[in-house]
Amino acid sequence: MAGEHKHPNYMAIFWLLAVLTVVELVVVFLPFGKMINGTLLCGLAVGKAAVVAMYFMHLKFETRTLGLIALTPLAIATLLVFVILPDAFFVDHKTANVKPAAEAPAKH
Amino acid sequence: MSQAASHAAPHAVEPAESPLTPESWGKLGMWIFLAGDAVGFGTLLAAYGGMRATSADWPNPYEVLGINLTAVMTFLLICSSVTMVKALEWLGKGDRGKCRMFLFFTALGGAIFVSLQAYEWTHLIHRGLHIDGNPWGAALFGTSFFIVTGFHGMHVTGGVIYLLSVIGVVSRRPDPAASYNVVEIVGLYWHFVDLVWIMVFTFMYLL
Repeated sequence: MAGEHKHPNYMAIFWLLAVLTVVELVVVFLPFGKMINGTLLCGLAVGKAAVVAMYFMHLKFETRTLGLIALTPLAIATLLVFVILPDAFFVDHKTANVKPAAEAPAKH
Repeated sequence: MSQAASHAAPHAVEPAESPLTPESWGKLGMWIFLAGDAVGFGTLLAAYGGMRATSADWPNPYEVLGINLTAVMTFLLICSSVTMVKALEWLGKGDRGKCRMFLFFTALGGAIFVSLQAYEWTHLIHRGLHIDGNPWGAALFGTSFFIVTGFHGMHVTGGVIYLLSVIGVVSRRPDPAASYNVVEIVGLYWHFVDLVWIMVFTFMYLL
């Protein structure tokens, strides 16, 4: 049939995604701290998303043009992270850092 | 000379799978739409990360929201992605009946997902999570939660309607080959909804 793809083993992919979801739930409670747990969770999420895109959305079997279209938002999202990072981490505007009005010296 | 011509010939003919052949226009269109939609979700999640990083009293999401129900919802969407690929696989084998059955299961999975989300929202609203404040910390926690999960929920709702309409298309066209492209394109949308939920689940609930 025109346009029909090779079909990967969908049940194997299903079990892979199910197992990775369980691993995610375990990682949340690991005692490694927010940075390591966060990195692991982001890695697992990106891995699961890649599996869905490559096998369920058949990107692995598509042309390079569709692959490039699919990669465009990823590039924009990465750019966005670098745009937001400086504001989030290097600018002193956390709500707890704002001094309460009562502590300010009274003006006469 | 003839040898050179035979070498050049494959390059002169566009491959059958190229998105620039008419049978793939719909697929190309859906991919462009999904790329735009992904930028929308990416912006929402990046804004969420920015707000969270600049807030000193952001609640711990998995303690406030609970992840048991959402883990079930995640599993449900993964299952619905499998039923979606099965629908396409059966249509490829020429079995319209099985294709419609799996499309219906996919839509059912989506409908159950949205119902569980409605239940979760109701439960959290009763506990005090509102769009303009909550008892646990930063007011923007509730704002971002409802906007991101709501935006995704609207996509799932739209997907269920889309799937039901595609069941109608498959029913009306006696030749399975005539509906293959339509089913493949709705599949792309549905898997994208699953893919986005994987990111939303991680960023909004687990991190």
